[in-house]
Amino acid sequence: MSPLATLGGELAGLWAAYVARFKVAIGVQFQYRASLVIWLVWTVMESVVYLVVWSTVAQSSGGQVGGYDAAGFAAYFLVTMVVNQLTFTWIMHEFEYRVRQGQLSPLLLKPLHPIHGDIAENVTYKALTSVVLVPALVLLCWAFRPALQPQPWMAAAFLPAVLLAFLLRFLSGWTLALAGFWTTRVLAINQLYYMAMLFLSGQMVPLSLLPGPVQALAAVLPFRWMVAFPVELLLGQLTPEETLAGFGAQLAWIAVHAAAAAVVWRAGLRRYSAVGA
Amino acid sequence: MSVPPQLRLFGVFLKVGILNELEYRVNFYVQLLQSAVGLVIGLAGLGVVFSHTDTLGGWSPNELLALLGIYFLVQGAVQLVIEPSMQRFMEDVRQGTLDFTLTKPEDSQLLVSVGQVQIWKLVNVLLGLAVLGVALSRLQTAVGPGEALAFGVALLAGGVIVYSFYFFLATTAFWFVRVENVLVIFQSMYQAGRWPVGIYPWWLRSALTFIVPVAFATTVPAEAIAGRLSPGTLLLALAVAAAMLAGSRWFWGVGVRRYSGASA
Repeated sequence: MSPLATLGGELAGLWAAYVARFKVAIGVQFQYRASLVIWLVWTVMESVVYLVVWSTVAQSSGGQVGGYDAAGFAAYFLVTMVVNQLTFTWIMHEFEYRVRQGQLSPLLLKPLHPIHGDIAENVTYKALTSVVLVPALVLLCWAFRPALQPQPWMAAAFLPAVLLAFLLRFLSGWTLALAGFWTTRVLAINQLYYMAMLFLSGQMVPLSLLPGPVQALAAVLPFRWMVAFPVELLLGQLTPEETLAGFGAQLAWIAVHAAAAAVVWRAGLRRYSAVGA
Repeated sequence: MSVPPQLRLFGVFLKVGILNELEYRVNFYVQLLQSAVGLVIGLAGLGVVFSHTDTLGGWSPNELLALLGIYFLVQGAVQLVIEPSMQRFMEDVRQGTLDFTLTKPEDSQLLVSVGQVQIWKLVNVLLGLAVLGVALSRLQTAVGPGEALAFGVALLAGGVIVYSFYFFLATTAFWFVRVENVLVIFQSMYQAGRWPVGIYPWWLRSALTFIVPVAFATTVPAEAIAGRLSPGTLLLALAVAAAMLAGSRWFWGVGVRRYSGASA
């Protein structure tokens, strides 16, 4: 066979594996329909609380704060809710359990890298949750009247920005999850990661409203490229040049995290077999 | 002096909880870290907000600090005894082991409500008291005996309301066996209680007052400290507390009659 045909065959195999994983993941998730609703309440409440708090701040400071008025904050936090929904990952809460219970062993026997199964599961969950999120989003838009008029190029650039943000966030979460190979106390790491995400990715407040030193910290860390960048892009706060630079930063961070994930994975596997033997 | 049997019973469960947990001291450090993260998020949130404004919906920074303290305090109390007891209760219904509780010669609602204690959550209670203490010492206007009394009554009413609500949700386990998730609804709505409910739009404010009664547990006691609590609101809180406690008790009776036990 020609190399091209081999590659085609491999990709088709990968696709078939993903489709199979999607089907399993849908079946699993449908057992927990109630938890979808609960997840929705949680997501909506988190965004609405920050939205209302900052709208109130804007109103008590003469209508606007740092360039945001009430409608501007509504747009910011509703778009943040969507981006957060599309990019979030929970693998670090599962991996330690997987290692401890020995559930990783059967996954390692399969010819496919386990990360593909995790990505497929994540994407399926996103697709299912979107079914409940979209109606909620319509209601929230009606209640809070966000001011959002992106130019066509912004909307077009938003999609790849979210996709890259998802990849980056997933890789960082996955690398972090591998700490489960070394310690059963991953909770502490997860807590600190959660806190960093909350402040430095723009989930809690637009980064431009944070104090100077925190903004400087956010600029050199990867978190802002996981949420804030696509949000600022769709809100029309970035020039085309800044957008391109942002894509570059996302790709660079993805490369760093992919390399880290590969190195840590290999080191972790050696460690895992040592424990299991 | 005689101790009321309810308190004595709670004391026994508390002691068992402490003895059980002393085996797992690492959990204490995990809890310390979690509480510290919660504190940092809460304080930093207030800090960022008040770096852009002087008052939030009529509340001064120190008043909101008091609210944050009450938020931690109530959350800690819920996690200390109500949440673990309700989870244990629902597990008992599923496995049929509730029989052991029902056959004991004590009030079954009381046994179920205090049956399990997560002792390290005491950290959150203490943290809440500390934050509240700092806020009180920084408030410009001194809190008089009238306000202190109103605060105590409001906090008690708020606690009873939250307990009754939680207990009501847990009792539905008699009909729907898998309801642990329902308790998460309270937790997700509770995060709104970190801020005064007055800032929320009317539909959310109503939901936080009458559907998931977070407002009575956090905003109303904080209003008492700020000296803004109207007698009408305090009376309403007391009335809601009494009604919900009676309602939860009635509902428990209906549920227990429906429960068929493990052997049936």
